[in-house]
Amino acid sequence: MKILVCISHVPDTTTKIKFVDNKLDTNGVQFIIGPYDDFALARAVELKEASGGTVTVLNVGTVDTEPSIRKALAIGADNAVRVDAEPTDSLFVAKQIVAHAASENYDMILMGRESSDFNSGLVHGLVGELLGWPSIAPAMKLDVDGSTAKLSREIEGGHEDVEVQLPFVAGCQEPIAEWKIPNMRGIMMARKKPLEVVEAVAVEGVTAYQSFELPEEKGECKMVDADQMDELVGLLKNEARVL
Amino acid sequence: MSVLVFIEADNGVVKKSSLEAVAYGSKVGAVTVVAMGSIEASELAKVGNYGAEKVLHCSDDRLNDGVISATAKLIAEAVGQSGAETVVMSRSSLVDAVAARVAIKIGASVVTNVQDLPDTSNGFVVKRGVFTGKAFAFVSVPDGKKVITVTKNVVQLEPTSSEAAIEEISVAFDDADFGVKRIGVHKQEGDILLPEADLVVSAGRGMKGPENWQMIEDLATTLGAATACSKPVSDMDWRPHHEHVGQTGIKVAPQLYIAVGISGAIQHLAGVNSSKVIVAINKDPEAPFFKAADYGVVGDAFEVVPKLIEAIKK
Ligand SMILES: Cc1cc2nc3c(=O)[nH]c(=O)nc-3n(C[C@H](O)[C@H](O)[C@H](O)COP(=O)(O)OP(=O)(O)OC[C@H]3O[C@@H](n4cnc5c(N)ncnc54)[C@H](O)[C@@H]3O)c2cc1C
Repeated sequence: MKILVCISHVPDTTTKIKFVDNKLDTNGVQFIIGPYDDFALARAVELKEASGGTVTVLNVGTVDTEPSIRKALAIGADNAVRVDAEPTDSLFVAKQIVAHAASENYDMILMGRESSDFNSGLVHGLVGELLGWPSIAPAMKLDVDGSTAKLSREIEGGHEDVEVQLPFVAGCQEPIAEWKIPNMRGIMMARKKPLEVVEAVAVEGVTAYQSFELPEEKGECKMVDADQMDELVGLLKNEARVL
Repeated sequence: MSVLVFIEADNGVVKKSSLEAVAYGSKVGAVTVVAMGSIEASELAKVGNYGAEKVLHCSDDRLNDGVISATAKLIAEAVGQSGAETVVMSRSSLVDAVAARVAIKIGASVVTNVQDLPDTSNGFVVKRGVFTGKAFAFVSVPDGKKVITVTKNVVQLEPTSSEAAIEEISVAFDDADFGVKRIGVHKQEGDILLPEADLVVSAGRGMKGPENWQMIEDLATTLGAATACSKPVSDMDWRPHHEHVGQTGIKVAPQLYIAVGISGAIQHLAGVNSSKVIVAINKDPEAPFFKAADYGVVGDAFEVVPKLIEAIKK
């Protein structure tokens, strides 16, 4: 099986978000592989370990993202591609993935359901439609039997099981696999694995991030005594007007 | 500007979030609605109350399964028939999966997670949530066709008595449109669906075990609320995965979110910080949730929740 896993390189979940000159202030920010992408990678590595094949990781990003790519190699990907560009929007990223995947005969392309920086959740659908492949998201389970894959997709109030022929694209989330932590051997091996850097293709019609804003500060939390639940209900009815 | 709004129904009733999308669309331009699957004409006509002029209904019952590719094809077809320039949809598990495909089919720019009406004073600029609820971005969308998905509570519903005219739309689907086959569905019936709920009662590891959830369900039933939980709770299988809210779970935006025995970790808050009002009940006065909550109660959930249920019943 030949699997492509697309990873994003995002600020660590606990990062306090600040902006300078209408861009994320990356000062002191630790970057990680997108948490959802980590699930996709973990499942891809499991599938490879179970039935052979290769896992390629792809990231659209500047040289700064290479530590995340190396980590993905340490977790078990075989080789990597970095499309050398600062991603501008989902369409830009999707077209880079398609430009790479068009000639590679992948059996499936896995990624997270969304990146945790821009949260657009579009790339899997864009790639699927551009390649003319089915896309499934958010995928919580993935098993492959020959040329057929069975996935489970989250829906409101539950999930649905679907069946699809390879190739397909999936945007993954837990509990598709357990996150993997690279071990020493993986880290040593990752240094020797191939990481190819390719130029980006030009993309027209991208959206432009003009400016950013932080949410309003929350006011003080009004404390209610644990024995005064009538008071809490009164506040919810008359002050907050939500009951 | 001509706008196409895709709506979804749940148990034959148009979802409230879809009505919000219709109301949103009517503030942007003249609205045609596209709907699919088995749904009563009377229910469809009601979208007129929220500003739609016409409904294009594809009654092909293969669409009842919410097939991603086929739904995208229907919407693209409806764009062609209605001449719409902008497509508006309310976020849902189906819309999130469909929006990108529609955009490619019709050659549109696409923006998801939109939180406000567009500013059209200079081009088309929308506000969207980024960094998992920790910030907003203002995004300018190029001229030409647009697809936007909006979050809950972006517009207020102010129904009128107008009704929309309904037309059948037929689409020449092929096998590839149904290439993803639904082979099973596991859905809680009868419950209030969490992403749609106006009131949510959520509980965390502080509940100690699944056997203690009856109290949480009683509180939810008393309020007419949906139930939710923190991630460790679903990881330990105390509750189903689709109840887990947060950065890696469902994002909710109810009127009221009551958090019982949840610490308020940043990853949990990422899924609930769009709630209008948050109540935190926690025995630890230092719990981080109190920084994000509007109302707080320091106390043992096992004592506080029954008292709260009694107070609501009064
Ligand atoms: C990448 C990543 C993504 C994550 N995504 C999510 C996510 O989407 N959603 C999510 O929820 N978490 C997520 N987490 C986990 C998150 O960091 C926290 O671990 C989790 O939210 C804690 O859940 P909790 O508050 O239920 O449990 P705990 O942290 O164990 O807190 C339990 C709370 O209950 C209180 N308590 C105990 N007993 C009682 C009692 N009798 N009465 C009242 N209060 C009581 C305690 O004081 C405590 O505050 C994520 C973590 C990571 C690293």
